Amino acid sequence: MERRTIFGGWALPAAFVLPQLLLTVFFFLWPAGEAIYGSLTRQDAFGLKTQFIGFENFVDLFEDPLYVESLWRTVYFCAAVSLLSMSVALLLAVFADREIAGRGFYRTMLIWPYAIAPAVAAVLWILLLHPQIGMVAHGLKAIGVVWDYKINGGQAMLVVILASAWKQVSYNFIFFLAGLQSIPRSVIEAARMDGARGWRRFRTIIFPLLAPTTFFLLVVNLVYSAFDTFGTIQALTQGGPGKSTETLVVKVYRDGVVNLDLGGSSAQSVVLMVGIVVLTVVQFRFLGKRDKT
Amino acid sequence: MKRRTLLAATAAAALPATGFAQAKTKIVWWHAMGGALGEEVNRIAKEFNAAQAEVEVDAVFKGTYPETLTAAIAAWRAGQAPHIVQMFEVGTGSMLAAGPAVKQVWQLSQETGIEFDPKAYLGGVRGYYSLPDGRLASLPFNSSTSVMWYNKDAFEKAGLDPEKPPVTWNDVIAACRALKAKAATPIPMGSAWPIWIQFEQYAAMHDLPFATKSNGFEGLDTELKVNTPPFVKQMQRLLDMSKEGLFKYAGRDNAADAIFPSGEAAIGFNSSAARASIARDAKFRWAAALLPTDPEVNPKPINSIIGGASLWTMTTPNRTPAEYKACAQFLKFIGRADNDAVWHQKTGYVPVTLAGYELSKQQGYYQKVVGTDLPIIQLTRGEVTANSRGFRLGRMAELRNIFSEELEKALQGQQGAQAALDAVVSRGNRVLREFEKATKG
Repeated sequence: MERRTIFGGWALPAAFVLPQLLLTVFFFLWPAGEAIYGSLTRQDAFGLKTQFIGFENFVDLFEDPLYVESLWRTVYFCAAVSLLSMSVALLLAVFADREIAGRGFYRTMLIWPYAIAPAVAAVLWILLLHPQIGMVAHGLKAIGVVWDYKINGGQAMLVVILASAWKQVSYNFIFFLAGLQSIPRSVIEAARMDGARGWRRFRTIIFPLLAPTTFFLLVVNLVYSAFDTFGTIQALTQGGPGKSTETLVVKVYRDGVVNLDLGGSSAQSVVLMVGIVVLTVVQFRFLGKRDKT
Repeated sequence: MKRRTLLAATAAAALPATGFAQAKTKIVWWHAMGGALGEEVNRIAKEFNAAQAEVEVDAVFKGTYPETLTAAIAAWRAGQAPHIVQMFEVGTGSMLAAGPAVKQVWQLSQETGIEFDPKAYLGGVRGYYSLPDGRLASLPFNSSTSVMWYNKDAFEKAGLDPEKPPVTWNDVIAACRALKAKAATPIPMGSAWPIWIQFEQYAAMHDLPFATKSNGFEGLDTELKVNTPPFVKQMQRLLDMSKEGLFKYAGRDNAADAIFPSGEAAIGFNSSAARASIARDAKFRWAAALLPTDPEVNPKPINSIIGGASLWTMTTPNRTPAEYKACAQFLKFIGRADNDAVWHQKTGYVPVTLAGYELSKQQGYYQKVVGTDLPIIQLTRGEVTANSRGFRLGRMAELRNIFSEELEKALQGQQGAQAALDAVVSRGNRVLREFEKATKG
């Protein structure tokens, strides 16, 4: 079954991999190397004076209670976004995985939000939830809820979680739907003949069989909520009020680009890089093992 | 049109000093003025280009002030810095520490022989942008100060005299209570730029040190002093007003810009440069008033400080003397009294030169548009002291963010006024020490 192409020399295969290698070098290795170097230095904004200070930036980082707070905030945020977006997507996928009228339209509509830029998504949510001009905000005020996410940290967190989760539902939906469709109909039919009803079929057959998809999506969602939500949060709350929505990526941006503390910000990026490497390793090992069995 | 300007700018930035021997010297000016202000900036560049034949200025909009700062730094590190960059006042400390990245006005003057007289500029403006010995570091451009805008219709509705705006903070609180009782507007009071207006201006006008070492002018080893009783009093006042429903916090920086012109708040603190947008958007009678003061803290308030930006000349390794000369010529043009007066009258920024102010007076501008000299009166009140000269604190944008964060936490009831200001001081001082270490190298 194995297909192999044998090349005569090394020049042609090298030419084939070269573009990929160049991309990796320019867009990953080089910036990552700069970040690691930067994390070991203290430099002024213009790069006029650069001192090598070893691990001082990292020590400062973990001694800073605000950083540790931000770390836990990020964990909470990621868990909430992943849980919310995956459960909503699963629910929608289960309902879309059957014969209903206009399901093509229904599916397309569900996939749509994925194509929206984070900043645009944020603007949509601002139009709904802005304490002064938001439609939903007016409704909430009408029923007596004191709604102002600009000074209420809890509400601000809720807003960024909703906006970030909403954007990711589409992606999860596609994978869950594909996962559902790959479950052999015969298994489900058999369960049905044994008298298992809807919820029981879902709990004992469908959900376990979806486990690889779910695990894959969990990792993707964690990475998404930790890294790709920057645009949404920045546009919605800029990390405020106080620091109540400042996740790690927002802090990297704030410290590096706004505050121009390049050393400290690089150290934070390196910590994030380690985090993503760990997640990736976990995913490969776990999924790899499953495939072999 | 915009795309063409951008393309031209990219080309000019990418190929400095190539081109044709006979061609004009091209210089690039990065600025942060969007909308109507951006059009004024383009007008200045156009008029300069039309007025002489040797130099061509290309004005390029680079986004917000912090974005422009970041872009300028990144460009300098890549050897592609613009000739002139507009830098907001809180970036002054960072630019002064930029050493060879910038050519300060006095250096430019020395090298090109084009004179710039620091004394031509208003004291409050000059102080912010010069070295301790009085040499001019950057060229003052757009300067404003903050004022208190109020809604005359709402005042009338609340039974207040629309011609007598509140003078002290106690008056403000009384007015807000009246406004609230009559529900004249949904919110009695709002404030854009909360830290700049409610704390930095407050410190200057009441002659209180915001930081040691003359607010940082006399040394990098400066420390914040904002947890003293007068500041706690101000913080407590805002917290109490917020609790009572008299004051509504609507976000950092200019997030609360719309709260006054929309008619949402009857009293709106903002920059004097908000005049143009208020004139355009407000559907009610309005006026500007001096910032309120607290006679118990200081019965004789002095000058407020400026906000806004100045122009810095930047360097690249292959920049020619001709290009620096062109920069100097352009800066000279901007500082001319007639240009300063036009800019002032069209934008609501204050005139930065004394001559520009005099010219506006002669033209009868302040009789025609009543109230437009109020910011200047406030800026020039009393004698400038070490506390009212401005700020020379490194990473000041970050300090403001820290201040905002602690204020926001206090407004949520998570901490009291003293605790919030103590946190500002301890967190702020850490930032100042980092800046000191990084700059001293």
